[in-house]
Amino acid sequence: MGRFFLMLSNKHIVRISVIVAVISWLFLLILDLFILFEISNSMNVGIHREVSAFLLDLFFISLFVFYKIRIERAESINFIDLLWRVFVTGLLATIVSFAIRFFYLMVGSSNLAENPYLINFFYHINLGLISAFIISTLVVWKRLILYQKTKKLLILWQIFEYSLLCSILLNFFGIEVLGDLAYNIILLTLLLLGVILSVNLKWVAYLNFKQKWKSILLIILVILYLIYFFINLRTYSEDNGPVIITDLLDNVFVRALFGFILTYCIFSLLVILFNLPTSSVFEQKFEDVINFQRLSQSIQGGKNEEQVLEILLDSSSSAVLAGAGWIEIFKNNSENKYLRTDNLAIKDIRRIKEAIRKSKIKNLLETEIYSIGNVNKLTASIKDTKFRSSLLVPLIVQKSQIGIMALLKDVNDGFNKEIIDIIRTFANQACISIENFRLLGEAIENERYKEELKIAKKVQKSLLPSNLISNACFDISGFSVSADEVGGDYYDTYPLSDHKYVLIIGDVSGKGTSAAFNMSQMKGVFYSLVQLDLSSKEFLIHANNALSKCLEKTSFITLSFYIVNTKEKTIEFSRAGHCPTLYYNHRKGYADFFENKGLGLGILRNDNYKKYVEVNHIDYGNGDIMMLYTDGITEARNELEEEFGYERLKAFLDDHASMDPYSIQRDLLETLYTFVGGKSRYDDYSALIIKFK
Amino acid sequence: MIDISNKTEEDFLIIKLEGEVDASSSIHLDKALRKAIEQNFKKILIDCNNLSYISSAGLGVFMSYIQDFQSQNINLVLFGLSDKVKNVFEILGLDQLLKISKNLEDAKSLC
Repeated sequence: MGRFFLMLSNKHIVRISVIVAVISWLFLLILDLFILFEISNSMNVGIHREVSAFLLDLFFISLFVFYKIRIERAESINFIDLLWRVFVTGLLATIVSFAIRFFYLMVGSSNLAENPYLINFFYHINLGLISAFIISTLVVWKRLILYQKTKKLLILWQIFEYSLLCSILLNFFGIEVLGDLAYNIILLTLLLLGVILSVNLKWVAYLNFKQKWKSILLIILVILYLIYFFINLRTYSEDNGPVIITDLLDNVFVRALFGFILTYCIFSLLVILFNLPTSSVFEQKFEDVINFQRLSQSIQGGKNEEQVLEILLDSSSSAVLAGAGWIEIFKNNSENKYLRTDNLAIKDIRRIKEAIRKSKIKNLLETEIYSIGNVNKLTASIKDTKFRSSLLVPLIVQKSQIGIMALLKDVNDGFNKEIIDIIRTFANQACISIENFRLLGEAIENERYKEELKIAKKVQKSLLPSNLISNACFDISGFSVSADEVGGDYYDTYPLSDHKYVLIIGDVSGKGTSAAFNMSQMKGVFYSLVQLDLSSKEFLIHANNALSKCLEKTSFITLSFYIVNTKEKTIEFSRAGHCPTLYYNHRKGYADFFENKGLGLGILRNDNYKKYVEVNHIDYGNGDIMMLYTDGITEARNELEEEFGYERLKAFLDDHASMDPYSIQRDLLETLYTFVGGKSRYDDYSALIIKFK
Repeated sequence: MIDISNKTEEDFLIIKLEGEVDASSSIHLDKALRKAIEQNFKKILIDCNNLSYISSAGLGVFMSYIQDFQSQNINLVLFGLSDKVKNVFEILGLDQLLKISKNLEDAKSLC
């Protein structure tokens, strides 16, 4: 049997049960009418009443199967919908029953009214509808009772359900066999079980205030139906006793069901009534839990900080019931931002802040609180036209206060300890969400920054020349090292002819990708202009023009530009704001800095720039050394925060003048590292060292 | 780190810089200068007595306002610069575009 049902889908079972119910009801009707005919004509065709009992049982069982599948298996049905189903089924049965009464009222006391066949027919209609009503109600009650069931409860219910099924079968064997005593014992046992089960009313707690009122209404109607149906059936059997072949009320099953349904109705009604006053509290708690969850999940939902705070304000103001409030978000560089509830205007906030300043908790508004754990006073009464009490909760993220939440109520002492605890929990949760949000952002930003630095460093490296010009008249060596950050140092060389060479060193202001980007522009400018064989002055004027158009407002580039003529042994040079070149004069035996004037590129972005370009010429001799460098070298600091400075650089070159450029470079780096003490402290060092032969 | 404070004397706005102006603190300097221009001060004095260091980013801030100063007839004078800080201005050539004086009195007379 079980297997047979398994093979059938629920849809099929529903169909079969409907067909079986209809057929069994029809046969029951026909059979009962036939028995009635048999009796009234004193015939004995030998039809046993057991057959009609069997048909009734079949009708009950098929109804039970039908509703079990329709109601018990239906998903996501709320309690009100369930009660509504019961109500509608009952209504249908009542209307039909009233229609029958109306019919009798119309026909009056004519023969038709006395016709036993007709009475029997109408009784069967009532029988069918009332059976459907009580059986569907049983299934609905089962769902309600088993809401949040325990194993024990489930077992108890199964005992009850199987006992009811057994009682259906008892009918088949004929109630007369059992006798009154047995009948009553069985009925009482079933009713007792029903009463025990009826104390399970967990679903009531989940109704809100409105739903409770609806439930009360529906249950009262169900009780009225029950009473009406019972009286109706009683009247039938009392008035027309001999005519009724199958009396529904003879059935233990039916009586037990009537009793059970009524008991549960009364129990639910009382429990709902007693729960009415507390339902708002329950609803509030429930909402608090949901709000808490919203806060916890708000970050995963891709919300930003402000949205989290909006949720916090929303949840908190609804938690304090009919309250108003705002959140002030502290901003370092601009005016504080306010989030507020709809019932509060900006001018209200200003007024209430004044009122709070006069209250006991004024210090919460004035000072930054780093831990609310040690603040015991968060709430105070205020003197305001609209509000009487206020609650202030500082919002602390990563140990600094990001803002403050103020909640207001129109009654004195509006905030009890429970509310304050809830609000503080909300605030904590929101702050944790924001903290997570920030940490995540920082991690992403860090990762992005690292990646950016990597690219910038690569770009920068590729911009520096891999090979410098080589020439029989001078030796040259250049280097650029940068620490963890990307620098903006640039140097290059370019042969104009076999005796004319250009040397350049520059420093782009700023750091990071923008510096590397500006440096690449510098390189582009250098390569396009240098080929024109311009004088140093012309070069700088053109470079300034070009760079003025592409550098951002606060960026500039410093440059030293040299044209070395190895045939005439002269150097022409101009300085554009770059640190002064160190020149070792072999004949004099010491080094000194050039003292020429100049202005950085991109500082003056108009024609006036040319006024500030100075051109210098020197003759060089054998053994002279020219050291072009960037300010990273002179500004290198040691542990005492002293700069390496010009004097040390000069002394260094004096000491190393006999060496070749490459050795000077090596020793310079070593001297710098020793000076700063530990490589972690060094900045960008770049230099180009030329020694003339 | 830098501390910037403003005070007015007669029709002079004196912006006092204390500490170091590097890439990050140059933002505050930029803000202070922009505010001074917006408030329509025509005589701005920068007190550098307690300015220990200025980076290229800090110089960039001064530099970026040079043309605004010229077009709006704003006189800006820096005073009380240490030798080191002054040298930084000089190397870049900004001393040719900005007025630099020894002390407050001189600065006022230069305006």
